[in-house]
This record gives sequence, C-alpha cells and structure tokens, in this order.
Amino acid sequence: MINVALPKGRLGEKVYAMFENAGYECPSIKENNRKLIFENEEKGIRYFWVKPSDVSIYVERGAADIGVAGKDILLEYSPDVYELLDLNMGKCRMAVAGKKDFYDDNQKTLKVATKFVNIAREYYASKCRDIDIIKLNGSIELAPILGLSDVIVDIVETGTTLKENDLDVVETIVPISARLIANKASFKFKTEEIEKIVDGMRTQVKTDD
Amino acid sequence: MNKELFKNEEKAIFTLRALYKQYGYLPFKMSKFEEYDLYVQNKDFLVSDRVITFNDTNGKLLALKPDVTLSIIKNTAFESGCKQKVYYNENVYRVSPSTHQFKEIMQTGLECIGDIDLYDIFEVVYLGAKSLACVSEDFSLDVSDMAILSAILDGVSDDEMFKKEITRLISEKNRHEAIALCKKYALDDESIDALVSLTGMYGEMSRVLEMLSPICKGEKAQVAYERLKALCTLLLSTEYASKIKLDFSLVNDMNYYNGIVFKGFLNGIPEGVLSGGEYGTLMQKMGRRGDAIGFALYLDTLEALDKSTRDFDVDTLLIYDDKTNASRIIEAKNNLIAQGKSVSAQRAIPQKLRYKEAIDLRGGR
Repeated sequence: MINVALPKGRLGEKVYAMFENAGYECPSIKENNRKLIFENEEKGIRYFWVKPSDVSIYVERGAADIGVAGKDILLEYSPDVYELLDLNMGKCRMAVAGKKDFYDDNQKTLKVATKFVNIAREYYASKCRDIDIIKLNGSIELAPILGLSDVIVDIVETGTTLKENDLDVVETIVPISARLIANKASFKFKTEEIEKIVDGMRTQVKTDD
Repeated sequence: MNKELFKNEEKAIFTLRALYKQYGYLPFKMSKFEEYDLYVQNKDFLVSDRVITFNDTNGKLLALKPDVTLSIIKNTAFESGCKQKVYYNENVYRVSPSTHQFKEIMQTGLECIGDIDLYDIFEVVYLGAKSLACVSEDFSLDVSDMAILSAILDGVSDDEMFKKEITRLISEKNRHEAIALCKKYALDDESIDALVSLTGMYGEMSRVLEMLSPICKGEKAQVAYERLKALCTLLLSTEYASKIKLDFSLVNDMNYYNGIVFKGFLNGIPEGVLSGGEYGTLMQKMGRRGDAIGFALYLDTLEALDKSTRDFDVDTLLIYDDKTNASRIIEAKNNLIAQGKSVSAQRAIPQKLRYKEAIDLRGGR
C-alpha cells in the first residue's frame, strides 16, 4: 500500500487527476463528504489531504510514502526526502518585491518581511547583504506599505496583488512549481511501486515548450 | 531470562555486543565528557554543530560528547599491517533537526582504524548488514562510494560551488534540477549524461556496477570503480547479497569521507538507522596515519519498530487497607507471581492503572 499526501486545494485536485490518469484512481475521493483518508485497496493506494505546507512533514516522517509539495516549502524547510519529479504545475516564483519607487542603495540594513525566513536569509547571505528579517504569517504585502519593512520576500503568481497595492517585483529569487517527493526509507522498501507511479506521472508532465 | 521483557534497543545491545566480540572487536569505554577543542576543530564532521558545553572545576571547557568517532581516533596509534578494532555503546548529545533541542541518542557501533585493506572494508560493511539483520530481517543497506563520486566530479568541473550543488541534487535523486544546473554551468552533453545518470543509479549491485562502468573515466575513477567492484563481489557471496544495494544518492561530506559510505534502513522506521563509511580524510585532518572505517547504529530509532500495544498495565490489582496484615499481602502477591502474573498492591485504585482483575484484601479478608 502506497500512502500519498496530497495538498488540499486546487493544486491537489489537479495532482489527483494525474494520479488517476496514471491508473491510481480512488473514486471515493470525489464524494462530497468529510472523510480524510481515501483508499483503493485493489490499486494499493491510499490518499489523504493535508495542508500544503505540511505535506513534506508527512513524507519526511514516513506517515506518507510520497506526496506533492511546492518547491517553496522544500526550500524553506529542507526536508530529508527524495525529490523525484517536477510536475511543472502550480507554477509561480519566489521574489523580492517593494514599493514601486524602492531603490536599494546598500547604505543600511535592509528590512525584509517574509513568511519564508530561511529562503530570504540564504538569498541575501549569498549576496553578502546585511538584512533584518521580520517574520510575518500573512498579508505580507502590507509591510512595505506601512513602512514595517523595505521589501518583502514572497510567492508571486500573477503579480496582481502587488500591482493593486502599488508594489513591484524587484528581483526573482527562484521559480517555484509542485514536486513529487518520497520518503527515503519508503523508497527502499517500495521501490518498484513508487517508480511505477513516478513513470505514470512523468508521461503527463507538460513541458514549457 | 524472559527476552520478551526487553525492548528492541535493549535486545540489540546484547546481541550486537556478542556479534562484535566474535569478530575480534574490543569494547571501548569512554568518558561522557570530552574537551570542547576536539569538536571545534572538526565541527563539520558532527551531525549538528551545536554542543552542550560546561566548565570543569579547573576552568577547562568540556563538552558532553556529540560524537564517538573523534574520541576513538584520538586514542589510536598506527602500526604497519595492523588495525585497531573497537566497538562501543554510548550516549551522545545532539540537537534534533525537528525540535531544535538537545536530545540524548543511544548509539552502538564499531570502528576499524589503521592499516586497513579490502578485507576490513568488507568486514565492516558486512557487520553493518549483520547488525541490521540482528534487529529485523526486513532491512536494506545502501552502499555508495565517495571516491567515485569525487573522481567523476573532478573530471567534470573545478568549481566547488557547482560540485556542492550537484552533490546535493544527486542526494535528492533530483534529476530535473540536476539537468538544469549542468546546463547553467554549460557542461558538455557527455558530462551532463554522466552526472544526471547518478541520480538514478541505485539498485542491485551487479546492475548498478554495469551502469556505472562507462562513466568512470580517468585513472582515479577507474581505480575506485575496481575497488568497489571487488567489494561488491565479496558482498554478493554473503547471505545478505539481496539486501545490500548500491545507491549513489547516498552522499556524505567529502571533507571527511573518502571512500565507501553506507546507510541502513529497517522497514517500518522512516529514517536511516545505521550510518557509516570510510573516513580517511578525517584521519589525515587529525594528523593520524592510516585509514579508518566504521558505523553507528542509532538504537533510539528502534523504538518505532515496537508496534505492540498493551491492553493492561498489570494482570492483578491487590487492594488492601489498614486492617490487612502485611504478611497476607506478601502471601497473596507471591502466589500470583508464582502463577506468572504481574501484580500491583495499592491502598486505593490508581486512576490510570489498567488491570485485568482486582483482588480485594480490605478489612483483613
């Protein structure tokens, strides 16, 4: 039995469709109820929905053999897992954004508001830039508007929220997309089953060109 | 003695001690404390670089041991043709990556230090497999070779940043990003193919050796390949041939490990339970002659194997009061114990105690 942690939400539904197309359907998942775990014994697969940022925890700790997590979460928490496939969906980018007239003259410590503390710290460390990190849990865009920070480090999908708040992308740190990850120990004991799933998913990944 | 009473980790300690002794390994008992300096000089070798420190009465800065290997190396002397073979059973203190707090970790392991050769490497890897088999038959031991990886990387690029990044991606079996990184560094197609193929190089020993052979170019890589092949031939002749796999996603810090590295997994435990390798570079860094290989088995992880749940804490609860004669309690308890039951004598029923039956001795009954 392969346990799969799926991220709740639209991305998770798309990912499930890929599993379904790969031959790992589980019809009960589409029933409108409050169940958390869905199993297809015949196919040897069990799905469960978890908060997207928790997928890597379920996989790293072995509660799930495989799962789908955003690259942002993998970069932020560096879980000890295998990253087997870029699903090339849920695409966005991790970026630095600031007020439209923002200019970094390197004269003073840069105040950075973000949910992604480790990504921000590593990025600025690679540029030897002295920063002060302000950890926020939501509405990050507010920080530069209210003068709480000079810039923010956050996920940018279309950029609409930024534009509506007179903010602009200063630079892109890294492109983000959904990745298929696997627990390292599970991979040892369920190699064939996991490889079969990965192969089934790989053929469905849409390329950019 | 009733072996059922022992926890997995306790059973493992006894079984492994006997096993290592059979193979000529001597016990190595060390102090709980070590001079902090030892760890400062070899910080990267430690799993976590944070150490619990305190001042001794003479002002010397000491540390609660975060590692055993460094202390053992410190106490070895080189003798041509000879090796020191020791085993240990020690607690180490490290920061847990999940809770970011210090944790006491019980580990047992062995080290083979000195003038080591192919036989010694085989023996240690074999004992690693045997140690896992002593705990559970459902195990897997991954073997990789840092000498091969480092030779292949040296043949492709001099850029240390690139090497670090590609090594991380290989360890994640991250094929897609490995391709992107190689392209970013404008490597030729042949080099890209070689490096990217390492992300998928795992499985049965003979099959992986076949895949590995064409990418081991250059003298260094070829020498390392032949050595790995010789080791695999020996391992294939053992009873664990099907359990030992080659997996090049297993990488350890090249600043310390310079040859065979291996990691053991038990079905049911979500993380590696045994970790080891050849650490010749560490020996050189510490100014020692010779090579070394060893491994540690993390006993605290074995707890996860115990899936049994108890329905009761004790078989029988004896309830007594002031009127009950103590000798009556002793007599009743001894009778029950003789029947093979576990007994708890209490004046009142403890709220959380789960018991199969209660015997009331109150009022002198």
